Amino acid sequence: MIAAIASSDILLDSVSGSDLLNPFAWLMAILQAFLFVLLSPLLSGWIHKCKAFLQNRRGAPVLQPYRDLRKLFGKEAIVAETTSIIFRIAPYIVFSSTLLAVAVIPLVATMLPTAAIADIIVLIGFLALGRFFLVLAGLDAGTAFGGMGSSRETMISSMAEPAALMAIFILAMTVHTTNLAAAIELSLQNGFVIRPSFLFALIALLMVAVAETGRIPIDNPSTHLELTMIHEAMLLEYSGRHLALMEWSASLKLMLYGVLISNIFFPWGIATELTVPAILMALLAIILKLFVLAMILALSETVLAKMRVFRAPQYLNLAFFLALLGMISHLVLEVHV
Amino acid sequence: MDYLSTLPLSGQLINLLAALVLLTSFMLLVQLRLVSVIHTFAWQGALVAAVTVIVAWSGHHGHLYLSALITFVIKAMFIPWLLHYHVNSLGLRRYVSAHPPVTGLMIASMLVVFSYYIILPIELIGDVGESRNIIAITLSVVLIGLLGMIIRHHAIGQVVSFMSIENGLFFAAVATTKGMPLVVELGIAFDVLVAAVLFGVFFFDIHGRVGSMDVDDMTRLSETRD
Repeated sequence: MIAAIASSDILLDSVSGSDLLNPFAWLMAILQAFLFVLLSPLLSGWIHKCKAFLQNRRGAPVLQPYRDLRKLFGKEAIVAETTSIIFRIAPYIVFSSTLLAVAVIPLVATMLPTAAIADIIVLIGFLALGRFFLVLAGLDAGTAFGGMGSSRETMISSMAEPAALMAIFILAMTVHTTNLAAAIELSLQNGFVIRPSFLFALIALLMVAVAETGRIPIDNPSTHLELTMIHEAMLLEYSGRHLALMEWSASLKLMLYGVLISNIFFPWGIATELTVPAILMALLAIILKLFVLAMILALSETVLAKMRVFRAPQYLNLAFFLALLGMISHLVLEVHV
Repeated sequence: MDYLSTLPLSGQLINLLAALVLLTSFMLLVQLRLVSVIHTFAWQGALVAAVTVIVAWSGHHGHLYLSALITFVIKAMFIPWLLHYHVNSLGLRRYVSAHPPVTGLMIASMLVVFSYYIILPIELIGDVGESRNIIAITLSVVLIGLLGMIIRHHAIGQVVSFMSIENGLFFAAVATTKGMPLVVELGIAFDVLVAAVLFGVFFFDIHGRVGSMDVDDMTRLSETRD
């Protein structure tokens, strides 16, 4: 891992060293993070719409998540008497750490100063920071549901993280860097190559993404009244703007995983230079990719049933095993010494 | 540029299928329900047949299409059907094996690494070129099949593991020699077919004598049981 970080430092100088001083690149990075924040409720709304369509319902309009957020921001935030300061600052920390995490991911352009500063291990670290405070906030109110949700979230994330890292290391070993922007550029240069290890890594990362964002087989995002809920159990005590921030960071995280998966494994269309047509093209490409990915997610959520909580370890073990198999097939099949 | 992007599309596809065959052989090891073991075995046969088609297509070996067809019909359709028939008629449809899957997985992962290092010096013997990595994978499929025969307690599970060894050997033969003479391939195919039929006869015989298909129950001969 240290070697990987060291090599990414070397690449940082060679690939995007000049970008650190380019004001237009910084503007682009900030704009891109804003775009993330702006579009993430739309993605959630689109998934809801697809699910409703598959269940023969008309469903809420695609813009409904925005209305929910506006309504929640307008409401008074009620804080339980027994809670400490952590309960009040947690939504801000969760939201900002997720925001920092999305700033690292190349959404439309690869030549970003933020992507040059932080690599994919930092990204996982940001997500872990947000999750840590989410778990603390769930425990803080001292309710039974909050504690249960927190303990389950910890159980799932402690098993999802190794699988995610193993899948990411496959990518890092193939392109010899942990820097996301450099990795995407290198895999664009290589053109279309069928890599068995990438297939396994893709499946493992999809499974991890489903578990980490609290979707169906692991958690049901559309319920507040179930003994097996995980994410919602931690948010039960929140209201008003705190709840809005928590919901927003959840949809941000969903979009983060969607963009991460689609740009790593299907990088075509992303802008490698900062010109207007290239960026517009990239914007169109990423919207199309997320559009398709959301439909696949909605389909899988309609077809699959939620698992028992204690089967979640099996599911995540399978994800880890697939990532391990990907690593093996990378070493055996794809390296010719 | 890395090694994989220097391969032609057919070589990349064969690599992908090799990885998938390895995946199915891992799945054969860990799956607990007999029915899903048979399904996975059918998928493995289909993947091996697909490899044969790709080799035939990329090397313009006409007779390999026939071999692929025979492989598909026998290994992906007939033998799984036969096994399903036995499982149904012996009332084992809901049978769940009790072997420890995680231990098997760990040993199998080590077997893959082991066979890779065994195969590495093969280039000293002769030029195998691109297929060296494939040989490593197929050797590990063979070894994992042997491991499956060791850790499974159920006769049908052991037979499926045995047949997956043959799948690994066939894969190696097709990927490295670009097709054996048709007579040899026909011979192998009918060997497997006859083996499957004979195993079926034995299943019924064992079930009739011992009353169970668990090999742990076969330690005593029926003559000495009073």
